[in-house]
Amino acid sequence: MAEADVEARIRVSTEDAKLKFQTRGVHVYYGDKEAIKGVSLDIYNNEVTALIGPSGCGKSTYLRCLNRMNDTVDSARVTGSILLDGTDIYDKKVDVVQLRARVGMVFQKPNPFPKSIFENIAYGPRIHGLASKKSEYDAIVETSLKKAGLWNEVSDRLDEPGTSLSGGQQQRLCIARAIAVSPEVILMDEPCSALDPIATARVEELIDELRENYAIVIVTHSMQQAARVSQKTAFFHLGDIVEHGNTEQIFTNPREERTRDYITGRFG
Amino acid sequence: MTDTGQRTDWASDAMQHRIARRYAADARFKWYGLGAIFFAMAVLVLLLGTIIVTGIPGFTQTQVRLQVSLDPEQFGGSLKGKTPDEVDTAIAAADFAGMIRTGLQSLFPDVTQRRDVRDLTDLVSSGARQKLAQIVREDPGIVGSTVEVWLPTSDDVHTIVNGSMDRDVVESDRRLNDKQIGWLEAMEKADAIRGVLSSDFFTGGDSREPEMAGVWGSVVGSFWTLLVTLAVAFPLGVLAAVYLEEFAPKSRWSDLIEVNINNLAAVPSIVFGLLGLAVYLNVMHLPRSAPIVGGLTLALMTMPVIIIAARAALKAVPPSIRAGATGLGASKVQVTFHHVLPLAMPGILTGVIIGMAHALGETAPLLMIGMVAFIVDIPGGITDAATVLPVQIYLWADSPERAFVEKTSAAIMVLLTFLILMNAVAVLLRKRFERKW
Repeated sequence: MAEADVEARIRVSTEDAKLKFQTRGVHVYYGDKEAIKGVSLDIYNNEVTALIGPSGCGKSTYLRCLNRMNDTVDSARVTGSILLDGTDIYDKKVDVVQLRARVGMVFQKPNPFPKSIFENIAYGPRIHGLASKKSEYDAIVETSLKKAGLWNEVSDRLDEPGTSLSGGQQQRLCIARAIAVSPEVILMDEPCSALDPIATARVEELIDELRENYAIVIVTHSMQQAARVSQKTAFFHLGDIVEHGNTEQIFTNPREERTRDYITGRFG
Repeated sequence: MTDTGQRTDWASDAMQHRIARRYAADARFKWYGLGAIFFAMAVLVLLLGTIIVTGIPGFTQTQVRLQVSLDPEQFGGSLKGKTPDEVDTAIAAADFAGMIRTGLQSLFPDVTQRRDVRDLTDLVSSGARQKLAQIVREDPGIVGSTVEVWLPTSDDVHTIVNGSMDRDVVESDRRLNDKQIGWLEAMEKADAIRGVLSSDFFTGGDSREPEMAGVWGSVVGSFWTLLVTLAVAFPLGVLAAVYLEEFAPKSRWSDLIEVNINNLAAVPSIVFGLLGLAVYLNVMHLPRSAPIVGGLTLALMTMPVIIIAARAALKAVPPSIRAGATGLGASKVQVTFHHVLPLAMPGILTGVIIGMAHALGETAPLLMIGMVAFIVDIPGGITDAATVLPVQIYLWADSPERAFVEKTSAAIMVLLTFLILMNAVAVLLRKRFERKW
């Protein structure tokens, strides 16, 4: 890890600034289509921020701006400022590889690599050169799997392909994979939409545990899930944030009519 | 369906009739399909059957048993204790044809007239001399003794003995005259004629004598040619596909390139032959008739096929794998070479093998660059003059001797065997590595 990064981390912790991401006036265009129309939102450490809203409202697009995954889409264009620890991540000097190591991502559909469980976890650290010896990789794999609550289930079969696990286990493997590169933020794009209720409960529990160490942003279609796991909630509609604030306030006493209608199931 | 509220009367005659017609259409369609498959299988069986029936004798050689006395005078004395060089010189000077003639005459002592003697010696292949020389070279100690050897007969005897030519037609319609038939039948009675699996066919190069002609020269030629093709077309094709699929921005240009690659795959192969002739021979002055030129020409032809197959295989890798790796901070090259390409490799290899099988069966472009020459030697490398299996088939099919008909079919069987093996490997690869995500 670069020295400047380490310094930045120390500064953040000493100042006890919980602010992680500060985004102001973010617009995203896919060709001529404006997918996000000026979103401003703050994301804090040790908190889960839930993005809710009907399909196509731009919450996933916004999420993908935070680790520049939109770069992989040829027609996508992002304007506005997205500051991670005070640095604009769309600045030309920012190394996108390093950014994605700091801001990990978990996808909607579990997507373990068709390799062994061990290799799934060790891949990230390996490409970033975070370890050199086999024993170091062993340690990383073990810690990551333990943090993801998967260690007890797979410790005796690390050589088996990650794709042989159940859906819920696969998603936790993907979370472990993201943790293995020791990120600061974890982005989750509807992580439970492909899982059954029991696996969902397990992942939600895990999200709550992970909150201690990371800033977490989660996109979800489930109101209950947002209410259960998040501390902050932002309601997106038609590419805009309608309302954001403490989860409790949003769900019990929304300021906006549209928010109330959405969370009570009147539309969306 | 009506929504007037009326119940549909499923039992009505009209409805029953409709249902019956629907079942009839199903059954009819099934029979059409079965009929098409049956027709295709029948044609295939007919084709393979004809080739196999015609080709089987091509794998055999008819041999005659002779007592040949190896007169030491012919070799300048006994060859015992001579150096290999001296042995070679002695063998080169020896008159093996004369020894074979003497051996034949000892079977038929009453044949003395010059013309009859010539007819008699014509029963034995002119390649028998080399065979005899080979026997002596392997064991020079036998010089001075009389040995019993099996020597190849001429192709005319071969076709008469294996029945592909009729020995009962009038003399003028036969390649062998009545006297020759008489000698042959006498030898057959004495069990001095036999048919064996021809080692010359499997280990020899081309020859003017059908009984001495072999496929090995063209098999080796095909091997060198395909090696060049693979070495050029595989890396270039895969790199092009990876670039187009993973890196190139989607634009008018990439569309244009895609259309052109698809076009190239459909260009008649003879055009590639002309291109090879113009570029490799006339401009680059590479050796004519050589596998390197043939391989480069076939590479031009195979590359579009490989690019198309490789792009399809790359496209089949789910985007979630790319997203997963990108999300971990892998660079584009790392995503491609650590994840996408390994997952696409079985599909790419399947395409490559099918492309190579096409190249193996390709004849036309190779005619243009001179691989159609009569080549006796087994090529030792990519710059030696060579021919390939399909061209060998073309050459033999064009030869007038009756025995080349069966050699042609036998060579087709050899070619088909290689093609079936390659396609089987492709199918196995596909089965073995079918979607594992």
